[in-house]
Amino acid sequence: MSATTITSNTKWWNGGRSPFDISYGKVMMWYFLMSDAFTFGAFIISYATLRFSMNSWVDANQVFNAFPGLHGADLPLAFVSLMTFILIFSSVTMVLAVHEGHNMNKKGVEKYMLWTILGGAAFLGCQAWEWTHLLTGEHFILSKEGVLTALNTTPSHNPWGIDHVDKAAVIGALPKASPELLTAMIHEHNHAFNAQGLGTAQLVEEATKLVNAGTVHVGSQGPPAFGSYFFGITGFHGFHVFSGVVINVIMYLKTKLGHFDQRGHYEMIEKAGLYWHFVDLVWVFVFLCFYLV
Amino acid sequence: MSSHSTVPSPEITLAPKHDNSGVKRIWQVFTLLSIVTIVELVMGYAMTKQAGWVDKSSALGMFFVGAICILSVAKAYYIVGVFMHLGGELKNFRLTIVTTLALFIWFIAAFLMDGNSWKNLKNTNAGSREAPKTENAIPAVLDKNAKP
Repeated sequence: MSATTITSNTKWWNGGRSPFDISYGKVMMWYFLMSDAFTFGAFIISYATLRFSMNSWVDANQVFNAFPGLHGADLPLAFVSLMTFILIFSSVTMVLAVHEGHNMNKKGVEKYMLWTILGGAAFLGCQAWEWTHLLTGEHFILSKEGVLTALNTTPSHNPWGIDHVDKAAVIGALPKASPELLTAMIHEHNHAFNAQGLGTAQLVEEATKLVNAGTVHVGSQGPPAFGSYFFGITGFHGFHVFSGVVINVIMYLKTKLGHFDQRGHYEMIEKAGLYWHFVDLVWVFVFLCFYLV
Repeated sequence: MSSHSTVPSPEITLAPKHDNSGVKRIWQVFTLLSIVTIVELVMGYAMTKQAGWVDKSSALGMFFVGAICILSVAKAYYIVGVFMHLGGELKNFRLTIVTTLALFIWFIAAFLMDGNSWKNLKNTNAGSREAPKTENAIPAVLDKNAKP
């Protein structure tokens, strides 16, 4: 260490000087992020513990296989890869903004902060689409009690159990199903079908044909904890992304107004950058635990 | 390569140490993170039902899962070390972060073992019977052996 540059009467730890040679604010940002890492860690480890305690879990590649604009596509990992690269790229533009700040280049900081904000907003847009797709997409399932229902993926509903249940069991459950459900089931594959004035018996007959032909897909219920953990953890992460975007917008405006030039340094950009990289860091593990393995 | 030695705050006695090879290093790390992510995706895709190249519960599948976990930790190392510049801070400061995060080793190991033990206890009624052969919970209506 360059001890020679320190005047001999410097009283380390005696107040007024940072023992770690970084400002108080940056040290505290690091310690905040460390505590936040434990919060995220606790959530993810709780999810993993529950998953380890189950004989079967949800196959993520059946759940996350959609892509905006490609209706009915079966593309596992595709959309989440896009989200991952958006976040890595916005991390790079953030670190470039910090670099420009070191060089006191106001225009450079502004440019890269805008790119970072754009990346964060794009990520949030992707997440909004993904959530909407899961929350609104209904899937036919045969419950443990032998009742046919249509379920969407929510914090308490999980239609992602066994992929295809036995045809005979489905046909056996059809007469007990509500006319609305039967109509929805038929409409999914035959849009021209007119259910007006048809009795339950005729609907059952039509639905039986579709089930026998293998066109109607009926699964079973999966562990409901899947939705709670997925929406809880990605929601908590998404909330961090959102607050990171808000912080970055404030940093952009403060740069634009020349506050950091007046102060003589761009350290605030570094602190916002630490937060932003942390968001990217957490996503590495969310991506690992929910989508990859 | 300008070498500004503006001190950000009066608390700081030493000028910040910026290696201005910066931009090149940033893009190197970006390339590295991208390549690692692509490798992870290829291994992850190989194990999907849609691809069906590798069975997740086979030896190769287990290796892939382990490799993906290690690669994720490597990504975290580069994000923290280079992007968050922890590698450039004083060693004592680095240790305050890294030693604390080492608690995660216990945290992960203990809880995953607990989850696994919980599963075994449920499957065997706390050791009083053999584990059932079937892996998936089957709805009663589908179970041909179930008594009405």
